[in-house]
Amino acid sequence: MKRFLLAALFFAVLLLIWEALFRAKIWSPVLVPSPRQVVVYLESAAVDGTLLKATIVTMRRLLIGYIIGLIAGLPLGLMTARWKVWQDTVGTLALGLQTLPSVCWVPLALLWFGQTEAAMLFVVVMGTLWSVVIATETGVRHVPPIYRRAALTMGSKSLHIWFKVILPAALPFIVSGMKQGWAFAWRSLMAAEIFVTILTGFGLGQLLHYGRELIAMEQVIGIMIVIIVIGLLADKIFFSPIEKFLHRRWGTSQA
Amino acid sequence: MHLAGRHHSSAAEELEVITPSKLAIDNVSKTFKGASGSVVALDDVSLNVAEGEFVCLVGASGCGKSTLLNIIAGLEKPDSGTVCTDGKPVTGPGRERLVMFQEPALFPWLNVFGNVLFGLKLKPNLTNKDRHDVAKYYLELVGLSRFERANIHELSGGMKQRVSLARALAPNPRMLLMDEPFAALDALTREQLYGDLQRIWKARNKTIIFVTHNVREAACLGDRVIVFSPRPGRIREEFAVDLPRPRDINSVDLAVHATEITKALKNHSQPELAVAE
Repeated sequence: MKRFLLAALFFAVLLLIWEALFRAKIWSPVLVPSPRQVVVYLESAAVDGTLLKATIVTMRRLLIGYIIGLIAGLPLGLMTARWKVWQDTVGTLALGLQTLPSVCWVPLALLWFGQTEAAMLFVVVMGTLWSVVIATETGVRHVPPIYRRAALTMGSKSLHIWFKVILPAALPFIVSGMKQGWAFAWRSLMAAEIFVTILTGFGLGQLLHYGRELIAMEQVIGIMIVIIVIGLLADKIFFSPIEKFLHRRWGTSQA
Repeated sequence: MHLAGRHHSSAAEELEVITPSKLAIDNVSKTFKGASGSVVALDDVSLNVAEGEFVCLVGASGCGKSTLLNIIAGLEKPDSGTVCTDGKPVTGPGRERLVMFQEPALFPWLNVFGNVLFGLKLKPNLTNKDRHDVAKYYLELVGLSRFERANIHELSGGMKQRVSLARALAPNPRMLLMDEPFAALDALTREQLYGDLQRIWKARNKTIIFVTHNVREAACLGDRVIVFSPRPGRIREEFAVDLPRPRDINSVDLAVHATEITKALKNHSQPELAVAE
């Protein structure tokens, strides 16, 4: 409770500073809107449904692309860890492509798929995939061989070992790869949405873009806050509980 | 201890004390090729172990005793020679010969109960209820009933090895292979475990092959102590320890045996490797 109050106080102070800066009129109110204006924008966008619609469009792209990336990345990572040939080929490719900022896929995706949902999905998948492949591979390589040996003596065989021993043993690595993949996917999708108008749906990135076009700063800041909140929620609702569980089970550092 | 009769469920059958294995090792050799040339880990090793016998293999590090254990377990293959249990050649790992390793090989993603359950889940003829009953029985046998929901990292070293023991016993193997299981524990914990292991060995009637570099430990636990020499790994001498059980590691009679074995061990090791304890 004390921690919560302190955090609340911190954010209240931030808001006050913002309001104070607005009132001091150092910068044009067009460039620095008041917190109230931002709240009013968010309220109206929520009421007329644009905010919800844009959020749904963005989240759908993100989730579908992310899930495709996971489903493809896990087995690719496992096979890369399992066979030398895969390591030398797919592993090297993954390592190379992972260093490529995923926003760099946007031009290629546009030329290949045009201004379609497919282009957006492609960018998200590319953001997710390689992180997951590499994390899975690293995770599997870090599994102490003794786990496999112990399982073998208990009568565990190849597939059973992969699913009941190696995969769970690699889980801490895989989850951090999933988290990194999520972050990459989220960033690249926002970049893509800001750059490119896709007629099949207006996402949050597009709202941000039009906020700039209209010089509607309260919209720009409002949407940025929404994007931050979504990122925080994904962390708190999805990743945090998994990480907490892993920390508890493995006994790794936990604040 | 409470034996199978205590359980009236269908787990009773699983908990029955079964005939332990007979082991025959004939002319087993194994060479490892490393960066610094090849090392003869085992050179023409032959050994017979009777049903239900407790045999300790002692020797300085690098004498091939752990390699022999891995070969018996089926985790490694000999270059030549054969290993037979109950007349059948060992071709790979199998749950009738379970291994307890020195480092805790417990799975950190499972809790204590899940670890003991792991091998039982691989036995197709049991219901889940049976498996639970059997796992509970063994956790009680090693004295850890209260910790069945604990995570592995929350246990002390001694408790971890107790869970390892329960996990190895749970699928009811005919033979238990123990690779320096107590080497990393403090003396007090170890003494407790010597007592428990002897009690459990008697209750569950297993053939046990126990690898150690600690001569007193070997004299305390083994019916027979086999002395290995390193490079090449060979069996040099064997000692029958016919003291009454349960044995106390600090007893004078035991010390007499241990001294004798230590002397043999020093004789057969190169001078710089003579320190065996």
